[in-house]
Amino acid sequence: MLGKLDWSAIPFDQPIPLVAGAMVLVAILGVLTWVVVKGHLPYLWHEWITSVDHKRIGVMYVLLASVMLLRGGSDAIMMRVQQAIAYQSQGYLPPEHYNQIFSAHGTIMIFFVAMPFVIGLMNLVVPLQLGVRDVAFPTLNSVGFWLTATGALLVNVSLVVGEFSRTGWLAFPPLSGLTYSPGVGVDYYAWSLQISGIGTLVAGINLVTTVLKLRTRGMNYLRMPMFCWTTLASNLLIVAAFPILTATLAMLLLDRYLGFHFFTNEAGGNVMMFMNLIWAWGHPEVYILVLPAFGIFSEVVSTFSGKALFGYRSMVLATMAICVISFMVWLHHFFTMGAGPDVNAIFGIASMIIAVPTGVKIYNWLFTMYGGRIRFATPMLWAVGFMVTFIIGGLTGVLVAVPPADFLLHNSMFLVAHFHNVIIGGVLFGAFAGFEYWFPKAFGFRLDERWGKLAFWFTFTGFYITFMPLYIAGMLGMTRRLQHYDVAAWRPWMFVAAIGMAVLSIGVICQVMQLVVSIRNREALRDRTGDPWDGRSLEWATSSPPPVFNFAFHPDVRGEDAYWDLKTHAKQQLLGHHPEPEYQDIEMPKNSPTGFVCAFFATIMGFALIWHIWWMVILGGLGAFATFVVFAWRDHDEYVIPAAEVARIDGVNLEERRSLVSMAGSI
Amino acid sequence: MSMTATVGRGRADPHHIGRAIEHPGPASKRIVTAYGFWVFLLSDIVMFSCFFAAYAVLVGQTADGPKGSEIFEHRNVAIETVCLLLSSFTCGMASIAADVRNRFWFYLGMAVTCLLGLVFLTIEFREFANLVSRGYGPSRSAFLTAFFSLVGCHGLHVSAGVLWLLTMMAQVFAKGFRADILRRMMCFALFWHALDIIWVAVFSVVYLLGSSV
Repeated sequence: MLGKLDWSAIPFDQPIPLVAGAMVLVAILGVLTWVVVKGHLPYLWHEWITSVDHKRIGVMYVLLASVMLLRGGSDAIMMRVQQAIAYQSQGYLPPEHYNQIFSAHGTIMIFFVAMPFVIGLMNLVVPLQLGVRDVAFPTLNSVGFWLTATGALLVNVSLVVGEFSRTGWLAFPPLSGLTYSPGVGVDYYAWSLQISGIGTLVAGINLVTTVLKLRTRGMNYLRMPMFCWTTLASNLLIVAAFPILTATLAMLLLDRYLGFHFFTNEAGGNVMMFMNLIWAWGHPEVYILVLPAFGIFSEVVSTFSGKALFGYRSMVLATMAICVISFMVWLHHFFTMGAGPDVNAIFGIASMIIAVPTGVKIYNWLFTMYGGRIRFATPMLWAVGFMVTFIIGGLTGVLVAVPPADFLLHNSMFLVAHFHNVIIGGVLFGAFAGFEYWFPKAFGFRLDERWGKLAFWFTFTGFYITFMPLYIAGMLGMTRRLQHYDVAAWRPWMFVAAIGMAVLSIGVICQVMQLVVSIRNREALRDRTGDPWDGRSLEWATSSPPPVFNFAFHPDVRGEDAYWDLKTHAKQQLLGHHPEPEYQDIEMPKNSPTGFVCAFFATIMGFALIWHIWWMVILGGLGAFATFVVFAWRDHDEYVIPAAEVARIDGVNLEERRSLVSMAGSI
Repeated sequence: MSMTATVGRGRADPHHIGRAIEHPGPASKRIVTAYGFWVFLLSDIVMFSCFFAAYAVLVGQTADGPKGSEIFEHRNVAIETVCLLLSSFTCGMASIAADVRNRFWFYLGMAVTCLLGLVFLTIEFREFANLVSRGYGPSRSAFLTAFFSLVGCHGLHVSAGVLWLLTMMAQVFAKGFRADILRRMMCFALFWHALDIIWVAVFSVVYLLGSSV
């Protein structure tokens, strides 16, 4: 009746996951009770859960990423503590548990922190920057978000029901095959990634179509803000790469569930095929994550330097070059696995070539700052911190791209330090910069600068104290994923790394404090004009938070830095004549529970597949199909905002804006 | 303001050809929908390409089991191919009928498409059942694993297509040729034709090239 599921699935003998699970459960129940008792449930349901507004969905993506960042961060703390004390001893984590923790850490940080964070920011900002009212497929957008949440939920369920994968974040066979991983861990891993992968693909298709087909009048390709370009590149990569992940995990699941022989050692299966397939997705994936971050830095650097982006066209070219070359370097992840010197050389050279467009970008940012009036607000701090950190990570990356060097450094702590150097220094710093930069746009008030700067400095120094020692430990021969070790020379570095982790954690606490303090002082921090940073692109041309329709009129774009042009133009006219614009009715897509209901059934189906509860699988599948049919059957999918209402909403913002322009004009 | 801020700014005529091309604004819903679906189809083709790659890698790994030339029946595959190619034609007829709002020809075109799809699926199912009953199931060898997965994946797509086709007929029956339903019909037609293209590759790579190994 319940497949493989019985009471033995709950780890009563392991206090750590049980207590952690219980705490999470209490927290969730607490929040739910508060929501219900306070009567917020209808508001949440109508305004958020069923919302198809790209801004709301973007906010929910970022919220999901932030919560999962805490989960993945807890895993990181546990690992650093384990390695600090597990010298000539077993430490406090048993090996099976430790293996689950590093697997969960990697899986969560990439798929459920970095991905939703950047997709959330793209969702929030891109339609605003393009000057349009919504993304191409609003309801599908909601489906995509909720399927991502389903994946995150399943990973967390594995904490208390059953176990998580012990095979690292990419589940290499034959270790992840049925023979060596008979439990449900790999199944949790694979199904949660399959389900959230569909969500990511949907988001990718949606954003590609949005950028290519939905741009306001005059928004030619070479007038798009840099963030839109990197969004386009990143989502093209999603569309081209995520199907590879889907196919690869499907093959692994077929091996596990139906006794197929894709990656087995018997009957002619080929393990190296898994390596090639998974990295053919895996390498583009890192550029899927970092390209949007490059876009964020471009926006931030040019805004806070008070200058147009230096070398805009070379930046576009560099972005698209990375987009293409990222598909030609995957083999550098396994130089040591017997491809031979010729093949290794080609992929080594390709890997070094991809550093060229990245270097172009770095110089463009530096030259944008050169001669600019730089304001060191929190987003700018993250951007400068990124440039320093990312260059170090990039250099160690070029180092491991040299095959002979890689033979020494492969699978060592040096590699661990390298990819944290680029992912934290690139993606996470970018996500934080974007968070600080666009928060006022999303919520209508700025974030507290003092706490923001504290958060930056603690995170920045914490990062260096944590990860520089790992480079050294790697040079001293320490391999990754060690549960315990007997080499005395490594120990001091593990201690330093653990201290660094504590500093990093203070940074995270500061970030939480910043949010709390800012929400408390939100009246003082209110952004009335919609343009708190003296911005250059169209998202700043509407109020904060923007009305549901974003713009009362589709803006007419005449050049790069569209909003900067508008402002300059307005200043020249000074307070001239402002004829009352003729507002028109606006049609917007109706909210729909399709995404939530669909994800509900997907959760049931995923859980049932993991535990082999076949009747429940069929039930979940039928439910999801029925949801789509019901959605297809509805007669009215849009509602009309009357012109008078548009005029009222727009009027308030116009007043504030005029006072801003008149002030600026008088200076 | 620096040099780059002024050079190349506000110019809709970057190549000095004397014609300024301004982006006209957001595309129509019909274009957006079809374009998005095209992008999805491309991603689907990428997924298929992985199974093609796996087949190419594993085609020689028969583990002392049967080779391709021993189990492929070219007569059946030829019938399958004819069914699918014909169904693309009838699907095209149904699309034209939908465009001119002709219910009779729409239903007829869709019904024949459905029928041809079902014939295709029946032949494929019988081929699979026959192989399994002879002990040549997907667990027999890596070659058979790759064969069943690739051809089966296409078969699953056709099955989903048939289900979608019936839903489309029901939608037209219940709602008529509404704009949103016509957009869906366009997506369905794209899907069906794409499956046809993939089948051409399956036919060539799996059945023709696979026989020579």
